[in-house]
Amino acid sequence: MKRFWLWAPLAGFVIFFGVVAFGLIRPDNRQIASQMVGKPLPAFDLPAGAPGRTGFSSKDLQGEGPRLLNVFASWCVPCIAEAPVLMQLKNQGVTIDAIAIRDRPEDVATFLARNGDPYDKIGSDTASRVQLAMGSSGVPETFVIDAKGVIRHQHIGDIRPEDVPEILAQLEKAR
Amino acid sequence: MKGFVLKPSRNLLGEGDRTKCGDRAAGGGNTLRFAPGPSTIPKQGLARILAFALALVATPALADSNLPAAKWANEQLPDPRQEAEARTLMLTLRCIVCQGQSIADSDAELAGDMRAMVRTRIAAGEKPEAIRQWLIERYGQWVSYKPLVEPMTWPLWLAPLVLLGLGAFLARGRFRRHR
Amino acid sequence: MIAEGGLAALWLAAALSLLQLIMGAVALTPGREEAGAMVRPVAIVQGLLTLLAFAALIAVFVMSDMSVKLVAANSSSMKPLLYKFAGTWGNHEGSMLMWVTILGLAGAAVAIFEHRVSNRMLIATLAAQAAIGLGFFAFLLFSSNPFERLPIPAADGQGLNPLLQDPGLAFHPPTLYLGYVGLSVAFSFAVGALVTREVNAAFARAMRPWVLAAWILLTIGITAGSYWAYYELGWGGWWFWDPVENASLMPWLAATALLHSVTVLATRDSLRAWTVMLAVVAFSMSMVGTFLVRSGILTSVHAFAVDPERGSFILALLALYIGGALALFALRVSTVKEGAQFEAVSREGALVVNNLLLTAILGIVFVGTLYPLFVEALSGEKLSVGPPYFNSAAGPLALLLVALMAAGPLMRWRRDRLKTVLNRMALPILGTAVVLLLVVVFAPPIGVLPTLGLILAVGVGIGSVAPLWGRNLRRTPLFTWGMVVAHLGIAVSLAGMACESAFTKETLVAAKIGETKQVGPFSVRLDDVEPVAGPNWTALEATLTASRNGGTAFVLKPQSRSWPNPPTETSESAISTRWDGQLYTVLGKQDEDGRWQLRLWWKPFVTLIWLGGGMIALGGALSLFGRVRRERRYHDRIAYA
Repeated sequence: MKRFWLWAPLAGFVIFFGVVAFGLIRPDNRQIASQMVGKPLPAFDLPAGAPGRTGFSSKDLQGEGPRLLNVFASWCVPCIAEAPVLMQLKNQGVTIDAIAIRDRPEDVATFLARNGDPYDKIGSDTASRVQLAMGSSGVPETFVIDAKGVIRHQHIGDIRPEDVPEILAQLEKAR
Repeated sequence: MKGFVLKPSRNLLGEGDRTKCGDRAAGGGNTLRFAPGPSTIPKQGLARILAFALALVATPALADSNLPAAKWANEQLPDPRQEAEARTLMLTLRCIVCQGQSIADSDAELAGDMRAMVRTRIAAGEKPEAIRQWLIERYGQWVSYKPLVEPMTWPLWLAPLVLLGLGAFLARGRFRRHR
Repeated sequence: MIAEGGLAALWLAAALSLLQLIMGAVALTPGREEAGAMVRPVAIVQGLLTLLAFAALIAVFVMSDMSVKLVAANSSSMKPLLYKFAGTWGNHEGSMLMWVTILGLAGAAVAIFEHRVSNRMLIATLAAQAAIGLGFFAFLLFSSNPFERLPIPAADGQGLNPLLQDPGLAFHPPTLYLGYVGLSVAFSFAVGALVTREVNAAFARAMRPWVLAAWILLTIGITAGSYWAYYELGWGGWWFWDPVENASLMPWLAATALLHSVTVLATRDSLRAWTVMLAVVAFSMSMVGTFLVRSGILTSVHAFAVDPERGSFILALLALYIGGALALFALRVSTVKEGAQFEAVSREGALVVNNLLLTAILGIVFVGTLYPLFVEALSGEKLSVGPPYFNSAAGPLALLLVALMAAGPLMRWRRDRLKTVLNRMALPILGTAVVLLLVVVFAPPIGVLPTLGLILAVGVGIGSVAPLWGRNLRRTPLFTWGMVVAHLGIAVSLAGMACESAFTKETLVAAKIGETKQVGPFSVRLDDVEPVAGPNWTALEATLTASRNGGTAFVLKPQSRSWPNPPTETSESAISTRWDGQLYTVLGKQDEDGRWQLRLWWKPFVTLIWLGGGMIALGGALSLFGRVRRERRYHDRIAYA
């Protein structure tokens, strides 16, 4: 029995080794996924994100779906990279709404004029309130919302052309 | 010395410029990059004008937003008791952008917005633990520096007792017994 | 040619360290003892050769030899001499070379000066030291040769990251390396003692100066690191329970425990197996710390050049050395008798409790730091363990430890009576009670931990000088002075922590030019914000005029600094140090109305935290000096007897 205990430190070390070896081999993923996937979209009622547009409320999504909800900003560089892909999705018949984070309507208008406007509705979230409520951790991010107003999928980062099939599949799943 | 606390967001976030670590990373936006020079413009205005001019020409990579910090992001609540409550909570919430820092210590804009949210809700009379729970529901346990007490963390919370017990067990043989 | 010479010296040193290991192992087999005669000289020559290799690398850096790849990648001919010099170890290859150099020199020092332990044990120790060195030699020579030449010399170097050009950072790594190597020598002694079955008081006395030296350097490293974080991060915090900070704290905790248990072993020839275990743990913790910092597997606020591949290498060495030592421990330690039993009320009894608490705290920090990774490995779920856990789990134990620290030195070795100990403690206890009363009556409610910290700090402060009462101060041995100063340093540091957390005044405001804001007893006026330029940065600098209760005005100039390459922004806080604390100011951004964000703190007695840290290190130095001097005298006496 006593002998057995003497090996305990080594056993502890083996556990340590296993844990840190896992840390070394796991892919370096610092993304924080939203825990709201599968839950209803939090209620919000945002003012218009661009001049001449209507406001954007979570009620607008009831019974309409599935749709994409794009979290973006005019000051965000990957959002520019993402814009053509969103345009392509829109042209394929996908409805996309947007929430502009910490932005001014006039800056959003400039951004849309330059990079194209794939959006149905745009809300302005000046203090990241809705972003926080959705568990989103940055821009750009895209959520799939079904007809019941439930978040079905979260895409973190800009949508690259190679991500489009996945997004379409998620939309189909949410139908 | 600066390197000790440097926060290159590229390394931290892996994916580059999706978002940035506030003051400590590269910046466009409010970042000021200008050559110092003789000023004929009133000094207070100089910085702003230069900042604005350079924000236009600066590479747009790793930008901050153009909006100022939200109300209560960098201002204290008038009621010291509420402010103390808010501060205690903010020190235990993890910034989603600058992942090594609490939102109380982070220059990231999102951290500022999180501080504003915490202060607003504390001022409205909400309990700190309710706000923590609200954030955990959205971002998972990761967002709180205070681990929940649940089966997964029992070993963690029991560790002090287990370690002391183990130590006492080992040490007991060292002491002479008296009748 | 210098670079080639350095590389040759490095290869030779590596070969010698292999020879040292083999000869040492051979000499330990019965009948082949004569092989041991070579080990000492080989260790000395190996140390000199590593020094030669390191000198060669310094030379190519100082001469800016741009045909050497490492110089071209990390230096520039335009740099000030100090940074060319410090640039030698400001990169991975150079810092590895520095590590083996210190290791080699430590081995040589053991070979030259160590005469207390038996020859057999010395040989085993040097062989273990050679085994540690070999792993690092292999890594240097096979995958990170610092002397590699470029096919075509570069026109000029790419420069050291400007942010790394700082006197503090230049000398931070050597301090830590020296500390880690000191613990590696303790580890080698422990392995040597286990192999030769000579775990005894002589072993403890031989190991003690190395542990003490390592502990002093680690104390300095942590104190300096904490002050950096305090004034660089710009939020007034001085300890964040960040993984990198924990990585530096763990070896210190283990070394502190070892320092005390080694005293028991040296004085009473007891706690043998435990001391050996602690020596293994202390070096393990320095390797674990290095691994955690360099591999980047845990997210930290302190950025380091992380590299998972180098992390894997350190992990492999860790597995080899620590796994090997723990297996050796399990096989051999049952032959080691633990030694005499103790009275509960005795110096050694108190030291056992000290060790128990220190290792429990070490365990808590270790478990808390790695738990998120553990959970992620098991369930894939991400969680965070931060200040709330560490403060509530380790805080009470730390306070208990500090309280015990006042009592321990007042107990006699072997056996004491509780009543007499309590008599000696009357004054410290009285001091504690008085401060408790003052806090309850006068101070605003400040929370349980700060209150306990404050009253304990005073009581323990009095208690820690109590061992000097009634003694002839001139004839009190230097190591007793060392203990008193170090313990007093703990009390001073604790007082600083308690005051900082209890009495800090914070003002976060937006101010117009000309506006005055209040923080604690200070009024601070924002006079101006203007651009300034440094050698490789530009900044916005605020001019703040502050005065205390309307007294003499003084100026603070916090900056918001931009570095072009790599593009970085830092807040440079401006701090005014008073005798009773610091006024800490930070300039933030400008809002739409043209007001500037200011962060102002008045932190009463915060400086005591680092003053205490300095005193702890000073106490260690006095103790080290005292021990070495006494042994020297003892030896002289034997020599002339």
